Amino acid sequence: MTDHVHTTDEDEHESAYSGLLVNDAHWAFGTDFEDPLAGVDTTIPEGVDAPALAAYALMLGDDALVMSHRISEWTSNAPDLEDDIALSNIALDLLGQARLLLARAAKADASVVPDLPEGSPAPPEDALAFFREAHDFRNVRFAELANGDFADATVRVLLFSIWRLATFERLRSSRDHVLAAVAAKGVKELAYHRDYAARWFVTLAQGTEESRRRLVAALDALWPLWPELFDTHAVEAAAAAAGVGVDPASVREAAEATLDQVLAAADVPRSEAPRRAGVLGRTGRDGMHGEPLSRMLAEMQSVARAHPRGQW
Amino acid sequence: MSNLSAEGGHGAVPLQGVPTGEGVTPPEPEWPLWEVFVRGKRGLNHVHVGSLHAADDRMALLHARDVYTRRNEGVSIWVVRADAITASSPDEKDPMFAPSGDKVYRHPTFYDIPDNVPHM
Repeated sequence: MTDHVHTTDEDEHESAYSGLLVNDAHWAFGTDFEDPLAGVDTTIPEGVDAPALAAYALMLGDDALVMSHRISEWTSNAPDLEDDIALSNIALDLLGQARLLLARAAKADASVVPDLPEGSPAPPEDALAFFREAHDFRNVRFAELANGDFADATVRVLLFSIWRLATFERLRSSRDHVLAAVAAKGVKELAYHRDYAARWFVTLAQGTEESRRRLVAALDALWPLWPELFDTHAVEAAAAAAGVGVDPASVREAAEATLDQVLAAADVPRSEAPRRAGVLGRTGRDGMHGEPLSRMLAEMQSVARAHPRGQW
Repeated sequence: MSNLSAEGGHGAVPLQGVPTGEGVTPPEPEWPLWEVFVRGKRGLNHVHVGSLHAADDRMALLHARDVYTRRNEGVSIWVVRADAITASSPDEKDPMFAPSGDKVYRHPTFYDIPDNVPHM
């Protein structure tokens, strides 16, 4: 298994790529694809309700999974090769966060994992990703909206990463070791996503009339679901009270301040598009999703569901 | 047709904007080409790893990070506009490099290098 891993020092100065994977602390969670939580303390902190922790991890994990899949749809479709790879990298970062968070949910409460046919080799995080129905997903509705143009991708990544970064900065001090570790790793990833998107935001806003028109249109289209990101669901309130989670309402001020900085740099006013209401008061965190998520899951899950015993 | 050529064994070099012969004018305007140099974790020097397109300095740096350091290759990146590089031409290979081929006395092979001197 380690045949391909470069372990010699002989030509370490010859190539920027030598030394790769050698006792590298950067791979905090290892390169082992068997157990994503290997080496991390997964004991439930004292006084924390395990099912509540699992429900909270599922929310954060589903946000990352659904957003990751949306961004991954840009692969081979971005305006140029370099941004294609940049968006793919962002999608992969989020997929990595999703994997750890879904694995955390399954480890804390095995009953959240759907039953698979006997003999299925799918690990719990895969079972959660590929064998749940849309109404079992707990992601915010913002993450599932169907893609638009590149300006839409820019605004989408900007708003999402500003919000999630503000959340993860606080989640680093979670009493749950896994959530704290995921947040510590995620903060660096999200800071880059934000930087990347903010730069394009300013560029498009200050570019041509057409690029600015598209950017403002994208902001108006995504704006109605921005306030929902800061709603506090009962699961999040409980997780925050237990010291393992972050109350979304508590990061609103920081997130809005960051967003205002970007808007000011781009000379774009805040959108006046009204907030989109929930359905009978229920939103993404309650399992209430729109048709775009159903369509997305149908595609995303089709292969895994057709071959539940498949080896990948 | 590609902007790059590895013809002549000199590695990929830009064909446009360098004084090495006829360039090819792209059919439509596109971002200029940048050469990317990455210093590895334990490497001493920045090493040329490839090229990319970008609109300006900062974008070139971000693109280089995304394209060339996604497998944890580097701790430092340089980018430079390809048309800012003056390159030797394959045509002048012989006058440039052949004369040094038989001057063995220029190699410091007659010194004993202590074991504890690194990077020699």
